[in-house]
Amino acid sequence: MTILRRARDWTPAIAVFVLVIAAWEGGIAAFHVQQFLLPRPSDIVSAFWTDRHTLWPAGWYTLKEALGGFAIGSGLGIVAATFVGRFKRAGTAFMPIAIAANAVPIVAFAPIFDVWFNPLSPFSKMAIAAVLCFLPVMVNTLRGLQSANPRQIELMRSYAASELEIWRRVRVPTALPFVFTALKVASVLAMIGAIVGEYFGGAFNALGVIINSEAQIFHFVTAWAGILLASLLGLALYGTVVLAERVLVRWAPAAREA
Amino acid sequence: MSEQQSAVSIRNVTKTFPQGNVTALQDIDLDLRPGEFVSLIGPSGCGKSTLLRVIGDLIQPTSGTVTVNGKPARQARIDRDYGIVFQDAVLFDWRTVSKNISLPLEMLGWDREKRKARVAEMLDLVELKGFGDHFPWQLSGGMQQRASIARAFAFEPALLLMDEPFGALDEMTRERLNLELLSIWQRLRSTVVFVTHSISEAVFLSSRVVVMSPRPGRIAGIVDIDLPDTRSVETREDPRFFALVTEVRELLRKRGEHLLPEEEQQLL
Repeated sequence: MTILRRARDWTPAIAVFVLVIAAWEGGIAAFHVQQFLLPRPSDIVSAFWTDRHTLWPAGWYTLKEALGGFAIGSGLGIVAATFVGRFKRAGTAFMPIAIAANAVPIVAFAPIFDVWFNPLSPFSKMAIAAVLCFLPVMVNTLRGLQSANPRQIELMRSYAASELEIWRRVRVPTALPFVFTALKVASVLAMIGAIVGEYFGGAFNALGVIINSEAQIFHFVTAWAGILLASLLGLALYGTVVLAERVLVRWAPAAREA
Repeated sequence: MSEQQSAVSIRNVTKTFPQGNVTALQDIDLDLRPGEFVSLIGPSGCGKSTLLRVIGDLIQPTSGTVTVNGKPARQARIDRDYGIVFQDAVLFDWRTVSKNISLPLEMLGWDREKRKARVAEMLDLVELKGFGDHFPWQLSGGMQQRASIARAFAFEPALLLMDEPFGALDEMTRERLNLELLSIWQRLRSTVVFVTHSISEAVFLSSRVVVMSPRPGRIAGIVDIDLPDTRSVETREDPRFFALVTEVRELLRKRGEHLLPEEEQQLL
């Protein structure tokens, strides 16, 4: 029943996907598009397989950078939001600066991070990913912590609950759906941060470096296969966050459809 | 009545809010007997909800004192003497109905077995048997409010504060819940302070009705409800019931001459 319904929900998306791929494949044959402009999907997939010995370990290496950056950036974002939410003064001093900082094109800092940290070490990429993740997680977590129902807090006060108990039993559960919304955004940003960081130089076995160098020597099919791998890894990271949300936020609207 | 005998003793309570310089309550004196069901009624802005919160130590009075069971309100709160029911059920979305009802029991440090037994008892009492594992959003508004009443009664607080608990429900659900509340109260005999803007609800439920008037919030009069202790659907058709409703209405009208027409409309 549920599986059937889920299949029905996914049918339009799958149909569109298949159509686009078919049009892409057919269009290239029909209009004789040069391979360096746009390779066929089937060529990309086959490169994905034939180059697996270089691509896949590189993907794993870059995924580890993204994961590290995701963990550091999101972790610090949550800690900062907790701090700012607890001390209002700190919030009024800190928030405008944080929001202004969000307008800074972080990616432009990639070469600078490479100087600060060793460009060949994964930490320079983690730093970029972390900076990208930090702000959305912080802003959303803060909003979540501040969204607690004042009546629920009054109720807890009437039970003589301490601030810590109110935090644990009201503020944190209220904030969780907000946090997961931010983590979903951050999971994708982390992968982007790691890859873009690698474009400015990095270890030879990193996915971003391979995509960049393969494109420079006109191995566009391999570059495309690398992009495909990066997308799949980003999706996997996103999917993991969604799964964690399903487990931890069973009460939220997303779970209500079941 | 001396402060020792009273369940709640309110002395000279005044509350002003600095924003807009509003006097929400002025010189309130009121005593509640243990096990009494007292309603506070009045137009919006008469300070009835403020008074409820002052009793519950959720708001500090500007001057005056509140004594609950012989101790200051603050101490009563720390001793967990209060159960509260709001207009909205204020259930915790992330807890099942059972877990919501057991929240105050967790705060009191009851062990798991004891909590489970009490929650089952309460679910039975408010006729929510079989809904314990549901999440709040899966219940209707009336069922949610029953769960929140179960939560408030679960730890048998000495004093139950109810802030327009049935205000958001339709008339039929409301009358049914009135009867249910009365039967629970008659079994457990907590002292109840009940804020409402419905005259018939106040008369039907209460031992006494405290009529309040606005700007500044004061007690306009107190009506003793001398209806028989066991009340039923027929009580609402009793001539004495109508006489008491009229008495409360007159008090509201007399004190409310300066009310805006729509405020008066809301009350009648």
